Amino acid sequence: MSLIAENIRVSYGPREALRGVDLTAAPGEVTAIVGPNGSGKSTLLGAITASLPFRGRVRLNGRDIAAMKPWDLAAKRAVLPQASRLAFPFKVIEVVRLGLQSGTAGDRPEVPMQALARVGLAHYANRTFQELSGGEAQRVMLARVLCQVWAPVEDGQPRWLLLDEPVSSLDIAHQLQVMAIARDFARAGGGVIAVMHDLNLTALFSDRVAVLAEGQCLAFGTPPEVLTDETLSRAYGCALRVSAPPPAGVPYILPHAATA
Amino acid sequence: MSALCDVEAPPCDPLARARALHWLLAGGLALAAMASLQVGAVDVSLSAMLAKLVQGEALSQMERVVLLDIRLPRLAMGVLVGAALAVSGAAMQGLFRNPLADPGIVGVGAGAGLGAILAIVLGAFLPVWVIDLTGNQLTPFAAFLGGWGSTILLYRVSTRHGRTSVATMLLAGIALGALAGALSGILVYIADDQQLRDLTFWGLGSLAGASWAKVLSAGPLIVLSVGAALMLGRGLNGLALGEATAAHIGIDVQRMKSIAILAVAGATGAAVAVSGGIGFIGIVVPHLLRLASGPDHRALLLNSALLGATLLILADVIARVVIAPAELPIGIVTAVLGAPVFLWILLKRRGLVEL
Repeated sequence: MSLIAENIRVSYGPREALRGVDLTAAPGEVTAIVGPNGSGKSTLLGAITASLPFRGRVRLNGRDIAAMKPWDLAAKRAVLPQASRLAFPFKVIEVVRLGLQSGTAGDRPEVPMQALARVGLAHYANRTFQELSGGEAQRVMLARVLCQVWAPVEDGQPRWLLLDEPVSSLDIAHQLQVMAIARDFARAGGGVIAVMHDLNLTALFSDRVAVLAEGQCLAFGTPPEVLTDETLSRAYGCALRVSAPPPAGVPYILPHAATA
Repeated sequence: MSALCDVEAPPCDPLARARALHWLLAGGLALAAMASLQVGAVDVSLSAMLAKLVQGEALSQMERVVLLDIRLPRLAMGVLVGAALAVSGAAMQGLFRNPLADPGIVGVGAGAGLGAILAIVLGAFLPVWVIDLTGNQLTPFAAFLGGWGSTILLYRVSTRHGRTSVATMLLAGIALGALAGALSGILVYIADDQQLRDLTFWGLGSLAGASWAKVLSAGPLIVLSVGAALMLGRGLNGLALGEATAAHIGIDVQRMKSIAILAVAGATGAAVAVSGGIGFIGIVVPHLLRLASGPDHRALLLNSALLGATLLILADVIARVVIAPAELPIGIVTAVLGAPVFLWILLKRRGLVEL
């Protein structure tokens, strides 16, 4: 009942963006994918969500996603894209309801408002989506995605949140809010895979981290195992130093060393 | 509806509102249909004729001809063509995620125009059996083939590895339109005066040639295509989020694109074939409805069909009466009324939010 990607290869023309990457994400955990720009993070998520052609195999809860229909996949996993442009002036609540019609909470009309409340935007329900700021739009999209997999576990099977840079346009308070939503989803038995840029949030909220560099997986493990001086300096190509102050015991990353 | 509702307001339900509009528009269509039967060069009273029919009296010969052979098929064709054009416009705008798209974009207009011109200018050179084969309806037949053929060509050009690129289709449509325009230009150059007149009238569109034969030849395809397009509401809503996200929420995007394109080609091809080039219905009707009741395609498509049919038969009534007993081409009426409305919409919406 995991999400297992095996030997994923993706080419953009002659350039190989992913050169045989393996990733196993377990339900109940937040799995973060980190790495420098162009390392293949979003491409890997694209393969896992079947949004682009790839070689290799992805199994979701034991089934090959290549053999699953779009609506079947939509009932098992929801995908938050990096940025969303909406074509017509839909109301916020209508956008969130789009998640309802594909998921399995379709007979529960109260779920969209609960999802909006979860991202702190219940009072925005009747606004037009195009009026929102970038960060608000991203949170509305998260509410839509939550609607689609409202119950983290259904029929004994975990459901999955696949998030592509979920906090990229958010202020720090909402970064923490959104990461807490992802963690709570995992604690309730669902699975979460998130492409992340912020290494501190990664250290705070993830259970497993995959570090990608140049289309390959450099390291995979718990944050203390993976977020080390050596691995991060190699991955990002600059000197990084990880510090863990005694009381919290959670790693945090200082960029100061790079400029020294 | 105010854009800024207070915190306590319950979530709005634009879909319910838009669905309530079905009934209002259906009522409007019924009224317009009665006007269409009543008004024309010959003065016949609809109520008098209905009274006669109810009392079992026979209609006079002239009443029968005017009502059953002239006005009723014309009304039926107006309803079919108006619904076809408006639904096609709404579906194309949803598919291209662009409020300015209309059926012309998928090449139906250019291809159908070229087909019609070919038939008008070169039809005389065809053997008689070919003309007989089309039941003396060579021009509509050629227009339909041209529209359908160009759509299939565009669709094939823009489909690679089973995925249709909407952007490629748009660009290829422009190229194909230019080519069809150039070929049409050559034919116009060699056409004689009578053919030029025919061409002009065909290009402006008219319901004047309506007959039961035309209704029966175009009707089934239009009904089938519009029916298929009406099923696309959920998919087009998802597509508003982009193709990748539409797939993520469980929509079979490629199948939906194929159905949308074929349905639009069928509906518009058949409509253009029997009525010529009638503009603005496909672009104005969905816009008006989005302003009135929001962009949810589950209601927008059916509302477009109803309002498109209503506006087209009203335009036809106007075309019949303004210079009676002669008639204006209906394309002139829809453009004269449609263009200012469209400009007004653009002015009103400018600077507010994205269309």
